[in-house]
Amino acid sequence: MGGLWVVFWKELNDNFSSRRFLIMFFIICFVAIASSYLSAQNLSTILEQYPTEFVFLRLFVTPAESFPSFASFLMFFAPLLGVIFGFDAINSEFSRRTVSRILAQPLHRDSWINGKFLASFVTLAIMLTSITVLIIGLGIALLGFPPEIGELGRIGLFLGVSIIYVGFWLALGVLFSILFDRTVSSALASIAVWIFFSFFMYMLAGVIADRLVPLGPKASMEAWVKHSYIKEVVLKFSPTTIFNETISAILIPTYKGVGIIALLSGEEIPTSPLSIGQSLLVVWPQLTILIAMALICFAISYAAFMRREIRS
Amino acid sequence: MEYIVEAKGLHKYYDTVKAVNGLNLYIRRGEIYGLLGPNGAGKTTTILLLLGLTEPTSGEIRVCGFDPRKEPLKVKRLIGYLPENIGFYEDLTAWENLYYIAQLNGLKGQEAEKRIKEALYEVGLKEVAHRQVKTFSKGMKQRLGIAEVMFKDPQFAILDEPTSGIDPEGAHQILELIQKMNREKGMTILLSSHLLYQVQKICHRVGIISKGQIVAEGTLDELRIKTLTEGKFQFKVKVKPLSEDLIEELRKSKGVIDLRKEEDFLVITSESDIRSEIAKRILDSGFELIELRGMDYTLEEIYLRYFQEV
Repeated sequence: MGGLWVVFWKELNDNFSSRRFLIMFFIICFVAIASSYLSAQNLSTILEQYPTEFVFLRLFVTPAESFPSFASFLMFFAPLLGVIFGFDAINSEFSRRTVSRILAQPLHRDSWINGKFLASFVTLAIMLTSITVLIIGLGIALLGFPPEIGELGRIGLFLGVSIIYVGFWLALGVLFSILFDRTVSSALASIAVWIFFSFFMYMLAGVIADRLVPLGPKASMEAWVKHSYIKEVVLKFSPTTIFNETISAILIPTYKGVGIIALLSGEEIPTSPLSIGQSLLVVWPQLTILIAMALICFAISYAAFMRREIRS
Repeated sequence: MEYIVEAKGLHKYYDTVKAVNGLNLYIRRGEIYGLLGPNGAGKTTTILLLLGLTEPTSGEIRVCGFDPRKEPLKVKRLIGYLPENIGFYEDLTAWENLYYIAQLNGLKGQEAEKRIKEALYEVGLKEVAHRQVKTFSKGMKQRLGIAEVMFKDPQFAILDEPTSGIDPEGAHQILELIQKMNREKGMTILLSSHLLYQVQKICHRVGIISKGQIVAEGTLDELRIKTLTEGKFQFKVKVKPLSEDLIEELRKSKGVIDLRKEEDFLVITSESDIRSEIAKRILDSGFELIELRGMDYTLEEIYLRYFQEV
């Protein structure tokens, strides 16, 4: 086990002194400050007219006129973040020709890959945590009052889910770094997957729904419902959608799911906010799927790396 | 005789390519063994098999008494490895690169620092220890690789093409370092190379590998007699003046099997070492003996002869 921690500390050190860390941290810092500042300004005008609950959470989800909220920014940016720290984990060792030197040392192959994964994961977790704390601090300064305990709990949950989400993309990046020999190919493949889930998935869902339930000009209500139902089911295969639903439920206490599926399954729609436990219950399936996907990616990378021939 | 490597009937197939095909290899403790063969003969694959970095399709291997398939970490703790075309973490300094390897071997603190410092001094990289490796030349990287093997102080070091792509001066330095490790620390060394001259210079025993098999093995002298002269003794004489009478006389001498003219020399093949008798005969007959020496066949001639036959 000693080898794992040696690898971990070395990689962590590399990560924090790397250029990619600086660039990513700068971008995310900039967006966090801008989005929370703008939404705080937006909020104060709203608050004067309609005092409401959970003001602090709105800092994360209220978009300004031309700027996305931090939560929706993270939905698009987190994949890139994860992939950037994973896409060259293994193949760069091959192209640098360090792989046979390292593996000739008394170190288990799995310690090596685990140490690398863990180091990037911790780097990302530290990054996201410090950004979240930064937003809370800014919020206190801008709004003039601290968050309530319940709000803090929800923010903590939001952070946890974001870290898992980033972890999934990191695992995907690491997997590609094993499957593709060249770092360029694995970077392109990772970005292709990211773009697919972020943009094309919506089109694909539409196409599939149109195929299965064609909507003519005289389509019945039933057909419409079925059409949106299929669309939503397809979208559920995208980690981006899953993440979006999960954080919406966590950060918006009145959220009970969107779309036709939620409408059909919920017999009654109370308008009062849910407790944190109830919100968790709403997102439990999504959360499980997210964790499972990350684990599957990692398991495949693991299996692929253990049987990989070392010939460089 | 104690063997540090015992490999019997090794096979390694990549899809349909037979990289190693029934190889037997025995390396004695304390020797420098040269693995010699053209590119693609199976040298690197053999080395990867010894290190346990790749699994044999079939066959038995024991390295330092352990099976690298079953107990890879025990083997790796005792072996030092210098890969062909070595690579380092370019953004780290020479020192940091070595310290990482030290930590992976469970060395830390003062002990690690002392060993690394000594090794860097030995290979002449002390002055640049805290420079990033990306500023290093190929020869410097290669010497850094040697330093890595040195500070680990293994029982057995595997050096894959340690001098490839390095100028003669640098290659000379590296060969001296290898000899020094062998002499001073008693390290057993497996040296793979296609550069015959170097192998000839420092190796105690040589194995010629072709198509995944060891086709000839032994000390240089043994190989010479086995492959070139079919067990006979051969030497050259230079005489002044060179007359046909003398040639006839020498041809009739006892033990001479063959005598032929090669430029200014007479090449004599005999059953045993009859050089002093021949010399006496020449002088007694009133001729001047300018030169008499054994045929200094180089490894290259042996090597070429071997691959011509195949």
